[in-house]
Amino acid sequence: MKNTGTLKLTTPSEREIMMTRVFNAPRHLVFEAFTKPELLKRWLLGPPGWAMVVCEVATKVGDRYRYEWRHENGTQFGMGGLCREFVPPERIVCTELMDGYQSEALVTTLLAEQGGQTTLTTIVRYESQEIRDMMLKTGMERGVAASYDRLAELLESADADSKARGATEP
Amino acid sequence: MTRVDPLTGIFAALANPTRRAILARLLSGEASVIELAKPFAMTQPAVSKHLKVLERAGLISRGRDRQRRPRRLQAKPLAEATEWLEPYRKLWERRFQHLDSLLDQMKAQEKKRARKKNRRGPP
Repeated sequence: MKNTGTLKLTTPSEREIMMTRVFNAPRHLVFEAFTKPELLKRWLLGPPGWAMVVCEVATKVGDRYRYEWRHENGTQFGMGGLCREFVPPERIVCTELMDGYQSEALVTTLLAEQGGQTTLTTIVRYESQEIRDMMLKTGMERGVAASYDRLAELLESADADSKARGATEP
Repeated sequence: MTRVDPLTGIFAALANPTRRAILARLLSGEASVIELAKPFAMTQPAVSKHLKVLERAGLISRGRDRQRRPRRLQAKPLAEATEWLEPYRKLWERRFQHLDSLLDQMKAQEKKRARKKNRRGPP
């Protein structure tokens, strides 16, 4: 499938962020990679320069999880929350609270398998639009300004998408 | 009247696949409403409605030609909106690339285990 590897990032409502990504692997493996600490540590990286130093996972409803990263310069950052739904290998719902913040987000992770590939959908719902916008602006590394090439790419994939959904060619 | 945060209008406008497809079409140059309506199984008024949302968000503008009223892309607000999501995207793209290679390794290991199991089992 040509969509493999393309991260789609949208804001479906005022207080949500939605990510979709297709992986070339069956769902049970993706689920494992999301729920086993020794595997999570290998991909849930921080921005460059940060290493994951604490990775305590939730494996059932009611469990608390805790992730921490440390920068080369000693700065530390962490987050954690409570697991609300845990349905292997298809669905995880957890709260998410970043260190230093008081507002929790609700993170829903969905895995769907088709033809040996897995589509991951993650929806992060913040308490308000202001908080969502703030979380996106801070907390993350400062990015380089998006080039118009990147923009064109983004729109082309959106275009291909809507064509696939039934609109006919010009 | 309170002014709506411009980013809110932009994201609301981008939250619809038809409107994103219209913007993608406008990347290759200005186009009239009729031209824009062509690829969609939609009436012209329906397309005009989408255009109005895009216009209000400042994402498109109208050209000078009085007859055609061609719409054209306003790249700046779009670039600002994309830039805003960019650090988040970069972080996750990087994470998922690592996850890709991890999953490849996991798949290979699983295959290896399955082969071993077959060898031990009955012929």
